[in-house]
Amino acid sequence: MKLTRRELTAAALLTSALPAVPAWAQRGETVRIALIDPQSGLMGPVGINQLRSFQFFAEKFSGAGNPAGVRFEIEGFDNKLSASETLTAMQAAIGRGIRFISQGNSSGIAGAIIEAVNRHNSRNPGQEVVFLNHSAVDPDLTNSRCSFWHFRFDADTSMKMEALTTFIRGEPTIRRVFLINQNYAHGHQVARFAKEMLARKRPDIQIVGEDLHPLAQVRDFAPYVAKIMASGADSVITGNWGSDLTLLIRAANDAGYRGRFFTYYAGVTGTPTALGTASEGRVYQIAYNHYNMGGQMQTWMNEFRQRFNDDFFTGSIIHILNALGVAMQNARSTNAVRVAHAMSGLRFNSFSGPVEMRRADHQLQQPLFLTRWQRVDAQHPYSPENTGMTLALVRRFDAYVASTPTSCAMQRPAAPV
Amino acid sequence: MEFFIISLLNGISFGLLLFMLSSGLTLIFSMMGVLNFAHASFYMVGAYMGFAVSQIVGFWAALLLVPLLVGLLGALFEKYSLRKVHKYGHVPELMVTFGLSYIILELVQLIWGRIAVEFRPPELLQGSAFTLLSQPDGSLGFAWGRAALEQCQPLGPAICSLFPATRAFIMGVALLMLVSLWLLITRTRVGLVIQAALKHPEMVEALGHNVPRVFMLVFGAGTGLAGLAGVMGGSTFVTEPAMALTLGAIVFVVVVVGGLGSLAGAFLASLLIGVMQTFAVAIDQSLGSMLLAMGVALSAEAQAHELMRFTLSKAAPLLPFLLLVLVLIFRPHGLLGNRDH
Repeated sequence: MKLTRRELTAAALLTSALPAVPAWAQRGETVRIALIDPQSGLMGPVGINQLRSFQFFAEKFSGAGNPAGVRFEIEGFDNKLSASETLTAMQAAIGRGIRFISQGNSSGIAGAIIEAVNRHNSRNPGQEVVFLNHSAVDPDLTNSRCSFWHFRFDADTSMKMEALTTFIRGEPTIRRVFLINQNYAHGHQVARFAKEMLARKRPDIQIVGEDLHPLAQVRDFAPYVAKIMASGADSVITGNWGSDLTLLIRAANDAGYRGRFFTYYAGVTGTPTALGTASEGRVYQIAYNHYNMGGQMQTWMNEFRQRFNDDFFTGSIIHILNALGVAMQNARSTNAVRVAHAMSGLRFNSFSGPVEMRRADHQLQQPLFLTRWQRVDAQHPYSPENTGMTLALVRRFDAYVASTPTSCAMQRPAAPV
Repeated sequence: MEFFIISLLNGISFGLLLFMLSSGLTLIFSMMGVLNFAHASFYMVGAYMGFAVSQIVGFWAALLLVPLLVGLLGALFEKYSLRKVHKYGHVPELMVTFGLSYIILELVQLIWGRIAVEFRPPELLQGSAFTLLSQPDGSLGFAWGRAALEQCQPLGPAICSLFPATRAFIMGVALLMLVSLWLLITRTRVGLVIQAALKHPEMVEALGHNVPRVFMLVFGAGTGLAGLAGVMGGSTFVTEPAMALTLGAIVFVVVVVGGLGSLAGAFLASLLIGVMQTFAVAIDQSLGSMLLAMGVALSAEAQAHELMRFTLSKAAPLLPFLLLVLVLIFRPHGLLGNRDH
């Protein structure tokens, strides 16, 4: 057989091109992410805000917006804040070929997803799914219940409480603390770590009361506030979120409580309005982002506000899309197993600087910010829910300060060749 | 002390709101023998209509208009639906109201969405009715409205407890309604006919009164009261699609505990449940601490057990239902009921 020169050149080109093909294999692919969170009921506003945030940033990060050159697509599923609805939605998502699942509202549900994902992945090799946890902060999820398939992009309760108590250590006027939390995994952990860490850092502080109330059930917090006032507490520590924080703060302002609130989620839907001007200088938030971060983040937040007349607060969504983009480029694939291996231990840049997805437990190591509720000014111009108020930075905690050890003994599946 | 007073008032105001709902329910029940499953749904309709109407004509006009609108809806439902199935007996009547509650829920979600709407009380009610000042020497001060801030230092000498105006308003309206309802039933001709129709409908009909119309009026009035409660409850607490379900269960407890068909019983049971739920939240006693106080020796292991550490404050949402079971066991006709149905 005689080959023409032309055919030879073509063959040579093809062979030389072959090794390069995998490098670009993922480019242009569509990565679908299922967001399973409450989109109805008392916590519905939070879930809807996050769905919009995911869709907004999927648009920003698609194509040239991420190093892998993939297109992100978000599908929302309403789990009505119920674990059983969540598992049904998860099955539906997997059935539709979605391999990346995200959830964040309620650590109880996150725990159920971890177990369901572990089970699914062991039974269905070749169809593995990855769980991207955007906001569920129960430390157990990256300790006793840790899983290779679970990645947490928020900072867990132990990290936030470490930072918060470091601040409280330097505040001698805080002497009597009341703990009020939601009666489920997350609330229990906030109360537990608050007590442990205060006992270590400020043994003179007295815990004058501790309450657990049902999650997303209480319409009237007046009885709880009366109890807080009767206890003589000068500060309240709460991990409450959504309506449970909004109604608590509203009842506290109505009843004239003048103490300080140390919260995790003061900036989340509905709460800024409830805070109003009455809470000026008395409400703190410990989080991994805040409303006046400046730079690109500020531009995005303003644009989000313009488009939805709502505020963007779930910064972990940006972490997730950043991490996926870098991991998919490194893995040269959108395959869930390859991406999971690439994300484990990944260092990448996000809005708060360089961060690291710790290989041992898949807890993102990142700086934390303590902010305080005050009037907007030139330095702190962003006002959530048009309240004329904002959360202004009090102190930044570097990642190593907020970092806490892990007891996770992770079972790592073999890396695909 | 100020804790006791504020908690008592919180409990009473919630109890009176419950009474506004349960009075209508118990009136309807004693007239027609129908437990109106959709009663709390009319409460929700009242809240949502209050939200919608107050955006157009303001809160105060809505407070007057919405109960009338909701009452009209109730009367129409009675006339065109409930009356038609009346001849088939109680079970079909029950099923009709049960179905209606689902239809209302879906309609509300269709119109206003599945999340809470921002229904806030008017400016006048957003303040405080009065302030209790607890002085360091133990004496108690009192001031109308919101006490000046210099009197209430954040952590200073006096602790200020404010009582929200919305709650005082609920109490006022409910008491006004209670008195006028009582006058209407005992002192007017219409009231006498209603009372007579309760006990002997055939006789009243034979005397030439239009009993079906009396039924329709009572149904309309009962749902109208639910609508009124809805406007106030929705603006004070939260207006969202689950509000009918959560309050509905408690209203049934009130009616059964008070005695089916007894207005006075419903009043007593409403206050009892309102106050009980409020105070239960404040009690941190658990089974373990109770046993210890009684002198029972518990090992450290037993004391650490979940059951022994379960406090009454955590059980607060359960208490009405516990009361329901106890009343049904020991006094099946309710606290003040006189008939066994």
